[in-house]
Amino acid sequence: MTGPAAAAARRQVERCMGTVFSLDVRAPGVPAAAMTEAVRWLHWVDATFSTYRDDSEISRLGRAELELADCSPEVREVLELAERLAAGTDGYFSVYPQGVLDPSGVVKGWAIERASDLLRRAGSTSHCVNGGGDVQCVGGTGSGDWRIGIADPHDRSRLAAVVVGADLAVATSGIAERGCHVLDPHDGTAATELASLTVVGASLSVVDAYATAGLAMGRDAIGWLERLSGYEALAILPDGEQRATTGFRTPASATR
Amino acid sequence: MKRIVLSVLGTVIGLVGLLSFKSHGHTAVGATQLPSAALNRTGAPATSPGSSSTGAPPDPSSSPTGSASATSKPGRNYDGSAVETQYGTVQVRVAVTGTKITDVSFLQLTSTDDRSAYINSQAGPMLLQETLTAQSAKVDVISGATYTSEGYLQSLQSALDQAGIK
Repeated sequence: MTGPAAAAARRQVERCMGTVFSLDVRAPGVPAAAMTEAVRWLHWVDATFSTYRDDSEISRLGRAELELADCSPEVREVLELAERLAAGTDGYFSVYPQGVLDPSGVVKGWAIERASDLLRRAGSTSHCVNGGGDVQCVGGTGSGDWRIGIADPHDRSRLAAVVVGADLAVATSGIAERGCHVLDPHDGTAATELASLTVVGASLSVVDAYATAGLAMGRDAIGWLERLSGYEALAILPDGEQRATTGFRTPASATR
Repeated sequence: MKRIVLSVLGTVIGLVGLLSFKSHGHTAVGATQLPSAALNRTGAPATSPGSSSTGAPPDPSSSPTGSASATSKPGRNYDGSAVETQYGTVQVRVAVTGTKITDVSFLQLTSTDDRSAYINSQAGPMLLQETLTAQSAKVDVISGATYTSEGYLQSLQSALDQAGIK
């Protein structure tokens, strides 16, 4: 990750949406303006979609002060995406987690993927955009594959696994340290069967929502993701046991 | 030995909470020190993996450690304070170039498991095994809780305060 390729790399970290984003561009020659534009995009998304801001389009839409037709095209796009995700997850993904419009569960992953697209259009063939631990990678690192550590939900100073690859998206959803935040939208109960669920695929806007939906689903999530093509997953149970899709193999020499 | 305390349904904390994890006990399964050789060389406080309950010492004197780090980050590094939370100690380091944060990394990160996967999405996500070693555990990025936790943000803020970044 260091060495000659790092010399031309650009890296920037930005606080936004209550968390931390990082843009890690390894491809040489990507203009600084592209980084600036990607960061500006993230802040625009926050201002438009935040449920913490009374004046955001989403807040105004939720209060019926604004009609969907008068919203930014991106708002309609996200809500349409959310509908598809709800259908694709048997309703486990919902933008009405507590009865009130809250597309937060899809916005961040979608925004990250868009920021990544923006960098790609600016000529980058190798970068990684990370928002609060949800990751979209394009290409490899320039000198190899991306190495994405999966945090151990039981000890944040440790990794439970490392995902290695190129052109991939990784999202992890877990039980919040301040309480369970993912609810089963079918009955409003908190998801407690899994300590964390990591989903790997190509598109972060989908993978992120699947991680949230799968956490609500609980132990059935691995079976569900196993049946989907193009996705792999790792679940960590409250007792520390790991369950994974068959593509997520444990090396034979898994002892140190 | 493992204690699971699932707190009652809190508020939906949306984005902030989405990736935060809850934690119990420490599982010390043959931890391998992760990113660290370079960090230790810069004089960062080293706590041993798996023993954070014995106290990861806050390091008040950790401010600018310069750019001599083997990670070759330009600019200067600033270590945040080690924030004790009921879920463990969190401490981050930021690298700053000019007024821009160019990197945020974790001090002391360990791997408890050799599980890893290889993905080649061009052929459909196909995961192959790979054995981790202490060296190869180096990661580019982390998926999971840490970025959104109070402890992380607090440690980050203290590092940014030292760096003079608003």
